[in-house]
Amino acid sequence: MTKPIPPTAAYTTSELLAVMASRLLKDGQIVFAGIGIPLLAATLAQRNFAPHLTILFEGGTIGPFIVPGELPPSTNEQRCTRRSNMVLPITDVLLLLQRGYVDLGFMGGAQIDRFGNLNSSFIGSADNPTTRLPGSGGGNDISSLTNMIVAMKHERRRFVADVDFLTSPGWIRGGRTRAESGLPQGGMWRVVTDLAVMGFDEDTRQMKVLVLQQGATREQVQDNTGFELLFADKLETAEPPRKEELEVLRHLDPDRLYTA
Amino acid sequence: MSSDVTPYQQLRAATQARDRGLRDKVMSLEDAAKLVKDGEHVGIGGCHTSRTPFAMIWALIRARKKDLIISRSIASTEGDLLLASGISRHVITSWFTQGIVWGVSKVMRHYTESKLAQFEEWSHMSIGLRYRAGAMGIPFMPSRSMLGSDVIARLGGRVSVMTCPFTGEELVLLPALNPDVVLIHVQRCDCYGNAQIDGLQFMDIDMAMAANRVILTTECIVSNDQIRRTPDRTRIPFFTVEAVVEVPMGSAPHECYGLYEPFFPHLDDYAARTKDPVQGAQRYLEEFYYEPKSWTDYLAKLGMAEVLDACRRGRSVYND
Repeated sequence: MTKPIPPTAAYTTSELLAVMASRLLKDGQIVFAGIGIPLLAATLAQRNFAPHLTILFEGGTIGPFIVPGELPPSTNEQRCTRRSNMVLPITDVLLLLQRGYVDLGFMGGAQIDRFGNLNSSFIGSADNPTTRLPGSGGGNDISSLTNMIVAMKHERRRFVADVDFLTSPGWIRGGRTRAESGLPQGGMWRVVTDLAVMGFDEDTRQMKVLVLQQGATREQVQDNTGFELLFADKLETAEPPRKEELEVLRHLDPDRLYTA
Repeated sequence: MSSDVTPYQQLRAATQARDRGLRDKVMSLEDAAKLVKDGEHVGIGGCHTSRTPFAMIWALIRARKKDLIISRSIASTEGDLLLASGISRHVITSWFTQGIVWGVSKVMRHYTESKLAQFEEWSHMSIGLRYRAGAMGIPFMPSRSMLGSDVIARLGGRVSVMTCPFTGEELVLLPALNPDVVLIHVQRCDCYGNAQIDGLQFMDIDMAMAANRVILTTECIVSNDQIRRTPDRTRIPFFTVEAVVEVPMGSAPHECYGLYEPFFPHLDDYAARTKDPVQGAQRYLEEFYYEPKSWTDYLAKLGMAEVLDACRRGRSVYND
């Protein structure tokens, strides 16, 4: 476990992830958001600078606005429908990804590899797992069909050379293997952690550090990663969460359901 | 050929053989449970902790069914209990755990990791398109999802990949899913089974059309005249339905849109009890499934305070 945030820090790791991820979104985008940090980050962007950002939830909602203090326990409850424009059957909201209406998919991750593939199915071998995880849900569909942002804690056990099980495809084995696998669209775009923001090399599709979180070092990021990272030539440092960003987050999640 | 797809002639014959007339189908939970045979494929409507047909699942567990094959878009508490009660050892779904706020289900982990049960994983859209193909009366649906993943690799011969004859692209072929029985809980329906759903529909309409028969549970039975005043709100037609059971709070301790939210304190308690996935789940089943004399008795065990709290939160959706 790393401790990138000093004990005097004014925000939690989850709050940092939500703020940094929200800054990657743009007004007018259509964002397919998973539960937890993604939902918070998209709502934060809506409230701070992207009033025309449309959230899609897997349960079938188009364009909801989450009620502060009433965060849903999944993207399939009535709390996900508040002030939305439309509710659709699940299959049809997922088909919006296939049709190409969605700019970004946004999820959390249990395990990620150097090519941005995600595992949410098995720790260990699939035939004899040490842990059976909950599985794909819509994760595989979202990753297969659109550009992705993932927000997760930066830990060596989570950042592995090869995922134990490829639940949701990133760049598969790098290079052009994603397109060659039958996925001509989408792909892993950004990985947001408590240490850095990463993208992927245009040619090899290997994970590449673009931005360091304030206080994090290059060595620290590499030490907490189970494979060799690429680093951008001009490594930037992120501006830490602003007061107004944290205020919105705490207004949305006063019980720290997602941001503990 | 793939045994997952019901042959078309057989599918049609079963549909044709049903009494599709407008007839009263109201019955008790216990009688409806008798319509489900051991070994059948049972599709469960709703999604995750929403509009789960819990009263019907409760009745199937109490009736000690055997070897049911279960499918659902996303499995939650009910998935645990179907495994722990022993009525199913095979769950087909895309995601299986009570909810992320409670961590990964210990019961699901115990039964799958020790190979006592199978969790057959598909992507969420793939499950949905399988029901849709079933609803459309076609043997498969092409899709662009799951390619290049271990999810599709692990499904082996259950799926196929083809080259599109028009574009030359690679597409996944998902086998149609036509469950023997589908259980769906709705806010209201008439005695014939014309069902209206408020809020999120999930996969329920495709599931009803795909199923060989539907068992509906409903918060409230209304008159056919009432249905005919707002036919645009009717989502499931009567001729897909085999049984109608009126069960107030029939999704408890899960949610029913506009009426009650999940019973969060109860679900917290369930997660705490099932940290011991064997003894904890057995004691839970004993207390809430086998001991109660009736659904009303079960609700009484959940407690009036919990019922009122869930209802108060549930109705808040209509206040902006």
